[in-house]
Amino acid sequence: MQSDPKPVLHATGISKFFPGVIALDDVELQLYPGEVHALLGENGAGKSTLIKCLTGAYPRDAGVIMLDGAEINPKDPLSSQAAGIGTVYQEVNLLSNLSVAENLFLGRQPRRFGMIDQRRMLRDSKDILAQYGLSIDPAQLLSSYSIAIQQIVAIARAVELSGKVLILDEPTASLDREEVELMFSVIRRLTARGLAVVFITHFLDQVLAICDRATILRNGCVVGTRKLAEVTQTEIVTLMLGRQLEAATHHHERRETGDVLLSLRGFGKRGAIEPFDLDIHTGEVVGMAGLLGSGRTETCNAIFGAQPADQGEARLRGSPLRISTPREAIRNRIALCPEDRKTEGIVGDLSVRENIILSLQARQGWYRPLPRAKIEEIAQSYVKALDIRLANLDTPIRLLSGGNQQKALLARWLATEPQLLILDEPTRGIDVGAHAEIIALIERLRTQGMALLVASSEMEELVAYSTKIVVLRDRRQVGALTGDDISPNAIIRAIAAEEEPRA
Amino acid sequence: MKLMKTLLVSAAIAMPAAAFAENETVGFSQIGSESGWRAAETSVTKADAKERGITLKFADAQQKQENQIKALRGFIAQGVDAILLAPVVATGWDEVLGEAKDADIPVVLLDRKVDASDDLYLTAVTSDTVHEGTVAGDWLKDAVGDAQCNVVELQGTTGASVTIDRKKGFADAIASADNITIVRSQTGDFTRAQGKIVMESFIKAEGGGSDICALYAHNDDMALGAIQAIKEAGLKPGEDIKIVSIDSVPDMHLAISKGEANATVELTPDMAGPAFDALEAYWADGTQPEKWIQTDSTLFTQDDDNEAAYENKKALGY
Amino acid sequence: MIRSTLRRVTPQLIILALILALNMVMFPGFFHVEVHNGRLFGNLIDVLNRGAPVALLSVGMTLVIATRGIDLSVGAVMAISGAVAASVITGGASWIVAVLAALGAGALCGLWNGVLVAVLRIQPIVATLVLMVAGRGIAQLLTEGAILTFNDPGLVRLGGGTILSLPTPIWIWIGVAALVGLVVRRSALGLLIEATGINERSARLAGINARVLLIAVYLVAGLCAALAGVVVAADIRGADANNAGLWMELDAILAVVIGGTSLLGGRFSITASLLGALIIQSVNSAILMSGMAVEFNLVIKAVIIITILVIQSPRVRHWIYLLRASSGPGPMPRQPASRTPKIEEGRP
Repeated sequence: MQSDPKPVLHATGISKFFPGVIALDDVELQLYPGEVHALLGENGAGKSTLIKCLTGAYPRDAGVIMLDGAEINPKDPLSSQAAGIGTVYQEVNLLSNLSVAENLFLGRQPRRFGMIDQRRMLRDSKDILAQYGLSIDPAQLLSSYSIAIQQIVAIARAVELSGKVLILDEPTASLDREEVELMFSVIRRLTARGLAVVFITHFLDQVLAICDRATILRNGCVVGTRKLAEVTQTEIVTLMLGRQLEAATHHHERRETGDVLLSLRGFGKRGAIEPFDLDIHTGEVVGMAGLLGSGRTETCNAIFGAQPADQGEARLRGSPLRISTPREAIRNRIALCPEDRKTEGIVGDLSVRENIILSLQARQGWYRPLPRAKIEEIAQSYVKALDIRLANLDTPIRLLSGGNQQKALLARWLATEPQLLILDEPTRGIDVGAHAEIIALIERLRTQGMALLVASSEMEELVAYSTKIVVLRDRRQVGALTGDDISPNAIIRAIAAEEEPRA
Repeated sequence: MKLMKTLLVSAAIAMPAAAFAENETVGFSQIGSESGWRAAETSVTKADAKERGITLKFADAQQKQENQIKALRGFIAQGVDAILLAPVVATGWDEVLGEAKDADIPVVLLDRKVDASDDLYLTAVTSDTVHEGTVAGDWLKDAVGDAQCNVVELQGTTGASVTIDRKKGFADAIASADNITIVRSQTGDFTRAQGKIVMESFIKAEGGGSDICALYAHNDDMALGAIQAIKEAGLKPGEDIKIVSIDSVPDMHLAISKGEANATVELTPDMAGPAFDALEAYWADGTQPEKWIQTDSTLFTQDDDNEAAYENKKALGY
Repeated sequence: MIRSTLRRVTPQLIILALILALNMVMFPGFFHVEVHNGRLFGNLIDVLNRGAPVALLSVGMTLVIATRGIDLSVGAVMAISGAVAASVITGGASWIVAVLAALGAGALCGLWNGVLVAVLRIQPIVATLVLMVAGRGIAQLLTEGAILTFNDPGLVRLGGGTILSLPTPIWIWIGVAALVGLVVRRSALGLLIEATGINERSARLAGINARVLLIAVYLVAGLCAALAGVVVAADIRGADANNAGLWMELDAILAVVIGGTSLLGGRFSITASLLGALIIQSVNSAILMSGMAVEFNLVIKAVIIITILVIQSPRVRHWIYLLRASSGPGPMPRQPASRTPKIEEGRP
């Protein structure tokens, strides 16, 4: 497709530093007219930083941006838009209380005798929308249409204003299948007109369906640019995750597990996770693998009652279990250490001591306060056992490092003596030392007979501690690995498999 | 219970007027029923109309000028013989008063004036709030004679025109008496609670109350609060500290009858009486009344029959 | 525990002392207390006595604000409870029944607010605005627009009476504050409230029943307001639906803010809020004792309050700290170091 040798946009040497972090390191991106170019990478790989540098939302620290052969230097998103680069984000950033036509023409309404020419604005809006295959009434409020339509209106506005490069940042994240198709047809119309489209998404199948090429980022560096027709899905996933497939293998002997603790049948929540079956035994670590947005967190939340399941059944040690709130889960000695430590885990202004005993106290009820001495004993013992480093127990937990916060949260849940401990991304954003300690802790808890369900995007980690791994893709369980089958390679194959074995 | 009574009264009024009457119809646009005095004004007006054989059409505006304007337009459309208006605000009346004038319907303003040309209404019946203060001041002058007297003053809401007027009237009256001085003056917001609190501080600030000879309160409610403060300080209200205030609400008469207060100046709820007098003269032979009819500011002291006054006022719906 | 509370309320104590000193400068007899007919009598007693309504309100308000909420309706609830107490007592019931009925009305109002906030998830400021506006109307309906007076000695004693020479309202607010403070701090309620206020999502996921907790704090606020309403009505021996508790919710919020509890929720101190209430009352008292023209009342109050809040602002506190640190060898440097502890990254 890119037989045209001249790229419409060519960014070279783009670098961006944040205090202590290299967010982008000498990144190169070439866009050709008429192509859809995917920007891939796990969270934190630098995708959004790159977009922000290209649109001028962030000042870049190094690098040159050439648009149509001329250097541009966007100071802010408005100037990049004027130069020809339009951006549409996942959250529609239009004014939902204005009409579709007003949104399309906001700031540049056609005027007649000094007044806004409503009739012309509506007529022009109809013409523009027709180019996108939409025949809607532009006089209606934007909010009266679906998110998909609003997205397309946003795209139309961006294209009208800029017209050379269109950046779509996760435009399909909240759309259903048919709406995604509609979006794709719009994108195809645009590329047919010679626009270059940058497409950012976590959905690999969508990348394969619509994109021509992909640039893959990892840790702020470009690890490759590929024509999608020439690579396998496995190769892309490998590039994204950066795993040496041969290196790590499942080198543990087969582990003995105990009785079935939690048994799920047809368990699921509409719009979050499709029904699945799962058995978790005592003394077992069930790993959950999958790309971002594959449904790992949703599965954890459904079991814990944070987003209660609406179908299927659960049995705890054989007896039926109905969990609709975290309190019920906790009462049944199920614990969840959530993925987003800051907003769902820690209570920042409370002391480490209070954070550690919070769940235990909540389960006991407000009228049965833990004795001061008991609190001290619990907090001290976990600080020691988990090697939480702090000045003293009165320190507000928000002042601790990520790793120590995570350990304190683990202490909170261990203090409730759970029989099932669910860990959602337990090692994200923590330092190497704490990382190793948490993995060792998982192993230790397993040997003590606890059942654990661990969701992680760190494949080697999963391989290291899991006795069983379920693989999720597109909010569906697509595979299960046990015993000697467990290896990073097998995980990646399962994630990437087109329509492979269902669990 | 009181509600029941009001309902009965209004039912009586709604009945066809008695045979001996001229059977004129008058529309009355009342502000609302925000205070006991306002309720009394309404019931006095209704009773007075009934006695005179006038059919009264009553409209409660619930504190909104737009409701009053609507009511006035309704009265005009019904072709009433006159309109009584107790205006909720002073401005914005020109248009609707003009419409009444065009329809030859005389309008009488009750208890407040408006900012409009005076040929738009027949007359205004109001109390003279400066004069009320003067009556109170004159009473105090008589009561203390030549003795030295330190007065504390409980003002109404800061900046309200009633506050300014009642303060001025009292000050004017005692200006000639060198032996009477206002030593402390604070706002009590026209409320009982605040009247009590401020009086407490007056007592503390003036030698435990022994330096205070008299209290002048801009309304009875504040005076009633102050009486409690004086009692709690171990002093005898009405004796150790003379008390004069304005409004003549029932509870004040009770206090005077018990000797706990000395005098109150009546703000009469009977604004309608003079208004009907003026209207009847106008209907009879087109007599143009004065543009301002001032109601009497009657002084009640311990010499009057305050128990009767109490019963009387209670019956009016205070 | 007592020592940590003392450290927490030091700024409020200093401010209160300064304002009382100011009172004394203006009016030398300010601290004079004597016994009059078996009743302690003096300006200081007045501050404690007159501070009762706002102090009572601030107890409930502190808990509500700690959950990141606000209760604008407490002033109106005061009017309602006063009206209920007055109607019940004039209906011939005993004063105990009247007080219980008033408390019941307050509890009902609190429950209403709590359900709007916790169950229907309406923003607290909007949810309680409803009752703030409607509540006074309800009270006016109960009293039919007039001041409903009563003379029942039992009820009157709650406002104007004394126990052991001290005015009853002082006993009431100290008693309620002690009771609530004790329950909140001796049980785990305080911790759970603070956790909910700081991060409701984390708190729910940690198993805290945030919904019940939220309803409970609004209930307590309603009860405190009801008691304040009874005290105010008993004080003037009448329920004044138009004026009872008017704008008092703002004084209560101010008391909590002066007490240093953040409107963003979290850490709270009932003691500090009570000191805030006393500070406000001392300012009011200073204004009354000053004998200045009434036109200056609000301006003086505003200036004093603004000064207090500015001095308490983090930025100014920081400046003061810098000033003291640079102006010689004060015994200061250790304290701030311990206040913002440096956490060493554990990196083996």
